[in-house]
Amino acid sequence: MSKSVETGRLSTFAAAMVVARRDFTAILFSRSFLFFLLGPLFPVVVAVMAGGVGQRVQTSAETPRIGIAMSGEDALRMTTARDSLAGSAGIPLPDMRVIAEVRPGEAFDARARLAKADTTAILSGTPASPVLTGPQRWVEEWRGPVSLIAAQAEGNGPRDYAKVETQVVVAKRGESRSGRLKTAQGAQTLLFLLMMILAGMVLSNLVEEKGNKIIEILAAAIPMDAVFFGKLFAMLGVSFVGIAVWGSMVGALVLAAGSALPSLPAPAVGWPLLFALGVVYFAMAYLLVGSLFLAIGSLATTVREVQTMSMPVTMLQLINFFFASFAMTEAGSGLEIAAIVIPFSSPFAMLARAALDPGLVPHVLAIAWQLVCVVVFVKLGSRLFRKRVMQSGPAPVRQRRKLLSRLRTARG
Amino acid sequence: MAGNADAPDTGTDTVPLAIEARGLVKRFDGFAAVDGVDISVPEGAIYGILGPNGAGKTTTLRMLLGIIDPDSGTRRILGADRPHDVATRIGYLPEERGLYPAMKAVDAIAFVGALRGLPLKTGRARARELLEEHGLGYAADRQIRQLSKGMAQQVQIIGTLVHRPRLVVFDEPFSGLDALNQGRLERMMRDLAATGTTVIFSTHVIAHAERLCDEVAIIAGGKVPFAGSVDVARDRIPAQVRLETRAIDGAWRAALPADARNEGQFWYFSLPETGIEPLLRALIEGEAGILSLSIERAGLHDAFVAIAGEAAARALEAESPVEQKR
Repeated sequence: MSKSVETGRLSTFAAAMVVARRDFTAILFSRSFLFFLLGPLFPVVVAVMAGGVGQRVQTSAETPRIGIAMSGEDALRMTTARDSLAGSAGIPLPDMRVIAEVRPGEAFDARARLAKADTTAILSGTPASPVLTGPQRWVEEWRGPVSLIAAQAEGNGPRDYAKVETQVVVAKRGESRSGRLKTAQGAQTLLFLLMMILAGMVLSNLVEEKGNKIIEILAAAIPMDAVFFGKLFAMLGVSFVGIAVWGSMVGALVLAAGSALPSLPAPAVGWPLLFALGVVYFAMAYLLVGSLFLAIGSLATTVREVQTMSMPVTMLQLINFFFASFAMTEAGSGLEIAAIVIPFSSPFAMLARAALDPGLVPHVLAIAWQLVCVVVFVKLGSRLFRKRVMQSGPAPVRQRRKLLSRLRTARG
Repeated sequence: MAGNADAPDTGTDTVPLAIEARGLVKRFDGFAAVDGVDISVPEGAIYGILGPNGAGKTTTLRMLLGIIDPDSGTRRILGADRPHDVATRIGYLPEERGLYPAMKAVDAIAFVGALRGLPLKTGRARARELLEEHGLGYAADRQIRQLSKGMAQQVQIIGTLVHRPRLVVFDEPFSGLDALNQGRLERMMRDLAATGTTVIFSTHVIAHAERLCDEVAIIAGGKVPFAGSVDVARDRIPAQVRLETRAIDGAWRAALPADARNEGQFWYFSLPETGIEPLLRALIEGEAGILSLSIERAGLHDAFVAIAGEAAARALEAESPVEQKR
């Protein structure tokens, strides 16, 4: 045996970067990438347009409303004044409806009435001295229009507006959480949509590689783990390019159409951190699902086989999304913890948590856990690849036939 | 070194080994594709793994390179137990050639080099030099899909060598090459060996192994019945004697070996273990009248038949009837 031991190998990371650089460049400069970029924009444009219509519908259905609690006569004067000003005031006027007739001298607890949450704010007192009770935002926004309506009700001129007394009510924790749930749901849905669009890219990659018969050169030169990591990194990079392009275009559309973002309540960790965590959790979710898809892709030889074999994984993604969405509503329960621990639902559950809970330590732990899972899945995938794929002769054909036959039986 | 217990000692035990494998076994679905293979490849040698398709050549090479792991057995390559630990010193040309169709030739070569630790910039510079040397300089910036099959194969061979490996492994390197390119590749392999690079290749064409190899491993049915120098393999079969006599019959005939067969005035038989001299003496004393006498050493083909068996030899011939005749 040779006495001198010659050593020389690339580190797994360096080897992965060689593969990643090649794949990233090849995909980015391919003609099909342009179509890939443009493809999802058509549905997005349609969705934004449809969303605009939908928003109008929703706006009319859920317009914030002022509940009037005055004497019958005053209430009638106020609603008549509001209706007479509508269309000619030049500013949007709040919707008003009588919620209680208050006899003169009778006490009315506006704060207690607000808790019923069927109105956004309550106008009490008289048209001469109106009292507006409600959340800070609405009190500030409606003070002017209410003053105008009260002046109209009193028959006063524009120089004799009634002074509106305001009482600010702080939103209860429950209401705040309910709003943040919408933000959490939005973040989860966005993450899921991106995953559905982008994760499939990984699938066809190894099939193409096997078609080109490059895979054996890669497997001989560097560890299979490095090949898998390289492909995942490349696809992740391509995904970020796609997201950047789509994000810019959607952002421009949203800005042009009127900001939609402020309509979502601010997440518990704040918008900048939510975006940062969104990027991290997208990367984690992508690497996790991607490693699974790579293992499948490595076992398949044709696109058709890939489609057949990936269907259960796609279904699993859907189930996973619904599970994480449901778990989000059960904060602190065993269900939420399960969603966080199960690797594939973990990024979704944690992103929702970021919208609902300001604590950051769980994110550090969850990201570490997800990273461990990525490494384990890639190792398992590459081991499976080496074990099942790199055989010469007729054996692999027999195995593939067996596997496909099993899948068909299962589906049938 | 010895391929197995039966193989004779060829006296290379003192030579440093580039590859040493002992008892390699690989099963697929219970079928033993490779069943206890021993191989020792001396540094700087041209070593052939000779056998018909399905004999276990590719699986053996894949195990040696760490592409797949053996179910049992050990392997050491360039002194390392794990082949990937010395990957930057190894070049590999798989049987199924493959390149990225959209890549330029120069980038494809540099990429394969980069996988073996060669910086991309250096790889590109060397790729241009090597393409020029091989008369393909004009195609350096062409995409692989724009090259002919032969050119693409040459690009891949260059990619195998661009990082200047100490050990080069070729799996069926002559398949698909025309005679001209086969000759070029043979010269390239000899040139590599001349610089101290170890070359190991698999083939089902005996002529290539016979022309190129210092040593061979004959593989059939996943086993290696012989591993050693080509000379030792040929010596497994006694040399064949062709004797022409004036006399048809006489007492001298008793001196001929038992396997002697007669065709007219010619006698054919294996060279006796005692050598030719006692026989010659008996022929002269018996007045046989020797007209001509030739002793032909057995070829590698005959050795293969004797070692691997008729069935393996027939399989080998069936796979490459044209190439065998070369």
